[in-house]
Amino acid sequence: MLSIRNLHAQIGARKILKGLNLEVRAGEVHAIMGPNGSGKSTLASVLAGRAGYEVTAGTVEYLGQDLLEMAPEERARAGVFLAFQYPVEIPGVNNTYLLKAALNAVRKHRGAAELDAFEFLAMVREKMKLMQMDESFLSRGVNEGFSGGEKKRNEILQMAVLEPKLAVLDETDSGLDIDALRVVANGVNSLRGPDRAIVLVTHYQRLLDYIAPDFVHVLSDGRILKSGDKSLALELERRGYDWVRQEAQVA
Amino acid sequence: MTTQATDLDALVAQKYRHGFVTDIESDTVPPGLDEDVIQLISRKKREPQFLLDWRLKAYRHWLTMREPDWAHVRIQPIDYQAISYYSAPKRKDGPKSLDEVDPKLLATYEKLGVPLHERARLAGVAVDAVFDSVSVATTFKDKLARAGVVFCPFSEAVLNHPELLEQYLGTVVPYTDNFFATLNSAVFTDGSFVYVPKGVRCPMELSTYFRINAANTGQFERTLIIADEGSHVSYLEGCTAPMRDENQLHAAVVELVALADANIKYSTVQNWYPGDEEGRGGIYNFVTKRGECRGANSRISWTQVETGSAITWKYPSCVLIGENSVGEFYSVALANHYQQADTGTKMIHIGRNTRSTIVSKGISAGHGQNTYRGLVKILPSAEGARNYTQCDSLLMGDRCGAHTFPYMEIRNPGAVVEHEATTSKIADDQLFYCRSRGISEEDAVNMIVNGFCKAVFKELPMEFAVEAQNLLAVSLEGAVG
Repeated sequence: MLSIRNLHAQIGARKILKGLNLEVRAGEVHAIMGPNGSGKSTLASVLAGRAGYEVTAGTVEYLGQDLLEMAPEERARAGVFLAFQYPVEIPGVNNTYLLKAALNAVRKHRGAAELDAFEFLAMVREKMKLMQMDESFLSRGVNEGFSGGEKKRNEILQMAVLEPKLAVLDETDSGLDIDALRVVANGVNSLRGPDRAIVLVTHYQRLLDYIAPDFVHVLSDGRILKSGDKSLALELERRGYDWVRQEAQVA
Repeated sequence: MTTQATDLDALVAQKYRHGFVTDIESDTVPPGLDEDVIQLISRKKREPQFLLDWRLKAYRHWLTMREPDWAHVRIQPIDYQAISYYSAPKRKDGPKSLDEVDPKLLATYEKLGVPLHERARLAGVAVDAVFDSVSVATTFKDKLARAGVVFCPFSEAVLNHPELLEQYLGTVVPYTDNFFATLNSAVFTDGSFVYVPKGVRCPMELSTYFRINAANTGQFERTLIIADEGSHVSYLEGCTAPMRDENQLHAAVVELVALADANIKYSTVQNWYPGDEEGRGGIYNFVTKRGECRGANSRISWTQVETGSAITWKYPSCVLIGENSVGEFYSVALANHYQQADTGTKMIHIGRNTRSTIVSKGISAGHGQNTYRGLVKILPSAEGARNYTQCDSLLMGDRCGAHTFPYMEIRNPGAVVEHEATTSKIADDQLFYCRSRGISEEDAVNMIVNGFCKAVFKELPMEFAVEAQNLLAVSLEGAVG
């Protein structure tokens, strides 16, 4: 589904990704772990098409298309979803309104009929139950005055409504207490399926207690130094990241 | 990789869509202003003597005045002798119905999306269309007449209701009021007149579409709305203008009178030609709008969406005389390209327990300069007066400006006055957030701007609110920062 080859990216003159390779197939859950400043969020941003990142080399292929050639909204319509590390507040814009506009944009692209208000609300209410969000979310402004945990839940709600093929979650666990973490993980797990791939970008192992990844990758200094299964995450938790770097230098 | 298109210059360059000129022979007076021209206007309108006298008093007073220079706008000097003060679409005998109206005129309205008869029939709205300076079509008169409501061109009111004019004209905005209002008093040619009798709730929204057409013709509209005791009326005003090279002056006067328990709602969507990308050739919109709540428990509410004109200088105001009377001002003002808007309101509290609300939303894009200027004045007699003011500014890009000048004059210690102000920017991250959900950049901008304006749009009559949103979308197409 997603094939990243030799990806180099920089912000201004600062090189951040330095030859990153990653293969993600449908149905898989990948966790990208790494110390601060290793390039995790840059990877997520480049995949979603955020401005300010320059790709200097490498390719990203998504479902046979050149992802880097697509505008952010085209990527979204084609099924790429980024759950933001810092979800953005848009005062006065109704949460429901944004969600409906987004869903209908995506559905239109897929050739599906737009949902009317009743169908849409019924669907959203169901997903909200899963995320344990109360009705008031529907009438509030987008992330306006939301707590950190509410914002993250709102991201996963959007993901549940938009049903992407490739979901990239950028540090979705940061700032969550243990109950909120469980709710968010629940939401993510409910979306796991044979047609969907999920990339979790995270700093800590604890999210992986709730969402079991198929693969764990260690990102350091702009490259993936080591890949493994879930046990690698546990080992990182125990030993930190230094040994991976040393191992890589020796090799 | 693809980066976001945040190239302001390309995006802000959106052409005005209503730029065209209808080819109709105008009965135009040569440029210039003196007492003869005023006599001529008055004669053409077959006005009674009192009106001519009033015009001449205004003119003589105007000669002693100077253009105001306190507004936060840059302005080319206006040559008042270069303006033609009278222009009427030529017609042999006045049209008695829509069928007799010059088809080209009707076609112009069609182009503007104002299919007169259709709109009137479908929406149940009576339209008093002002084309240049003379009203050419008035509909739904019968229905209004049955309710006792007078809604007609000003020039018709001069002939049919001179006693009302003599009683009310110039009592809210006196001919000495300010430079542009005084000029208007001397040379106004037409406008709308509304009288709603005691206890009558006007059966429909009253709507007027203004349009400036003949070259070099200043527009001097005069509107007078009188709501007698216990009556209700909602009045809608909307306008577009064709593309022109010369700056066109528009100096209208609107007077509202609300007697006891009366309610006037005045809504404006203004879309005059704003000038090109360099700011050339737009309309100068210098308008005096004021309402007096004369009776107890009366209410006057101004709602405006200002997207057009090169320069806007406009302060719809309320004088709250009657006890418990209420004044409201809801405004969205957009300044794109090189547009300059200096707008706001004055709320003058005189009576006891008078209340006023001001909600102003300014949007600046391109090189646009948006200024809110407001006065809240509470006189010693206004025991228990309250005011709430909220001024928000939204900036798109980094070459535009937003300015707020709130003046407060509180002479009663018991008054409660609140003022809130915010300035924000449409941030790249807001746009990216929307786009990363599949929403196009333009839709995202509209969404963010509409969210910003929500508190004002909800005050507009339903069908007008939709128009206003569309207008804002057209005016901002591509203006992303």
